[in-house]
Amino acid sequence: MTRARRDLVAGLLWTAPWWLGFLLLTAGPLAATLYLSFCDYSLLQPPVFTGLENYRQLAVDPTFRKVLVNTVVYAALWIPTMTVLAIGLAILLNRPIRGQAFFRAAIFVPTIVPLVAAGVVWMWLLAPESGLVNELLRRVGVASPPLWLESPRWAMIALVMVSLWFVGTPMVIYLAGLQEIPLTLYEAARLDGASSWGQLRHVTLPGLSPIILFNLVVAIINAWQVFALPYVMWRTRPGPDRATFFYTTYLFENAFTNLKMGYASAMGWVQLLIILGLTGLTFWISRRSVHYVSQ
Amino acid sequence: MTRSTPHSTADTRGHFFGRTRTPTGQFFTYVTLALVALLWLLPLAWMLGVSLKPAEEISSAALLPQHPTLHAYERLMAPASQTTIDATGRPVEPTPFYFPLLARNTLIVALLSVGGMVLSSSIAAYGFARIRFPGRDILFAICLATMMIPFPVLMVPQYLLFKQLGWIGTTIPLWGPAWFGSAFNVFLLRQFFVGIPYELEEAALLDGCSRWGVFWRIMLPLARPALTVVALLHVLYVWNDLVGPLIFLSRPETYTLALGLQFLQSRSGDTPWNELMAAATLIVVPVLILFLFAQRAFIRGVATSGLKG
Repeated sequence: MTRARRDLVAGLLWTAPWWLGFLLLTAGPLAATLYLSFCDYSLLQPPVFTGLENYRQLAVDPTFRKVLVNTVVYAALWIPTMTVLAIGLAILLNRPIRGQAFFRAAIFVPTIVPLVAAGVVWMWLLAPESGLVNELLRRVGVASPPLWLESPRWAMIALVMVSLWFVGTPMVIYLAGLQEIPLTLYEAARLDGASSWGQLRHVTLPGLSPIILFNLVVAIINAWQVFALPYVMWRTRPGPDRATFFYTTYLFENAFTNLKMGYASAMGWVQLLIILGLTGLTFWISRRSVHYVSQ
Repeated sequence: MTRSTPHSTADTRGHFFGRTRTPTGQFFTYVTLALVALLWLLPLAWMLGVSLKPAEEISSAALLPQHPTLHAYERLMAPASQTTIDATGRPVEPTPFYFPLLARNTLIVALLSVGGMVLSSSIAAYGFARIRFPGRDILFAICLATMMIPFPVLMVPQYLLFKQLGWIGTTIPLWGPAWFGSAFNVFLLRQFFVGIPYELEEAALLDGCSRWGVFWRIMLPLARPALTVVALLHVLYVWNDLVGPLIFLSRPETYTLALGLQFLQSRSGDTPWNELMAAATLIVVPVLILFLFAQRAFIRGVATSGLKG
């Protein structure tokens, strides 16, 4: 056996756990979903090929449009607020103050709380009458606080608020990023007479830009898969007036409640293409504003 | 790529805005952080508080119960076969959240899953880091790209596959896939292996040690910090997972904690809040303890995931 072939065999053997899993659990299923997306398949009878019928139905399905809009609205509300909050907190936590480790741990701790538990706890906190949030609001003089989860207008905002409880994950990533920015850059900026705003704008944010890009991409992927929190928090699944009915929830219901496996598969492929498209778009838009500090 | 070293918390960093050193700047930082930390911890405090309240006190918003009781916890410790009777003499249907059983199931899934995840991911990561073979870079690029694939697009065929194998209703679909590693963990460990100097390995190989021997006796022990991170984050993932159990489990005796709480919350007839909070507390406390013991590894793990992306 030649050296090259021996290396190939060794390489394929060592990496086998991953590529076997890739073939069986990712590539195979991707191909299967693509095929099923062209079929009518209820699990009880073998799939029947129907061409583009599922995609045609998606185009005119009002529920599909609704979940699409809801998911986009959720992402549009959640991603910017979370990004600003995470960067702001990271900047404060990066300052040399006493108790820093405690503050960091306190804000990070909710991220380890399982989503189901978080959903249950927030259902209580946001309960219209007995919940803590409205109790506090009434004490500060809000006569008729929102019904939160039961109100079509506030349900989405409530979910975004709950999602912000998990700001700890991007926050510690930004914090690590801040610590990689060379201090000399700040010193140079101050010597040039940069104000605090100028330092933020010209040193901190450019220094963080690769991490902002990373967190944006992760957030986009996560926003399109939001499932567990709304699934737990709204017992009547679509939420008030379907205000918290999301893409993945509808896909899940089509697949495992309505047994419309073909339709769900079409939704899966549309979701994949949307995520790839948005990720590509994010990279393209950011190509000029992301700066890599050479290390 | 350089590895970030753990940063000391009290260093000279943090000159932003120029006024950090001024008393007002300090004060503003303190007040904001204290307020946010308090707000972020409140839900957990009330979760514990409500779980300890007797039925009459649930509607009060006070944090501390006036007459603390473990009644809610006792309900969750009563096996399903044992019908209990409430204060008014009505029989109470068995709880879908029988903690000892759910905890046992979740622990078994977590152990089987973490074992496979750590072993398989590190083997594949070693292959990508140390063996130069044709097509390696393409394969690794594919591995990275798969991280973007959302689970919903895979769940229908995975369900069909596991159904063919007769695994639906068992816990195998929850831990079996972990034995193929995951793209993210392969990536994380590969970056770690790449950072380990070659010399150690070369010496061992020249001494006649096999590749496997090098991996097992030299690389794995050196990679312990990274393996800890992978194991911790994966335990958290298993503990947290709702979609998997929802799709793949069908028999109550195999349910996990997350699924059990989901059923407790959504069953017809209201489950009292103290019971729900007790169940939530029982799920949170084990991971909380894990976090307190391994805080540094947790935060470092999450932080490095971003720096290396």
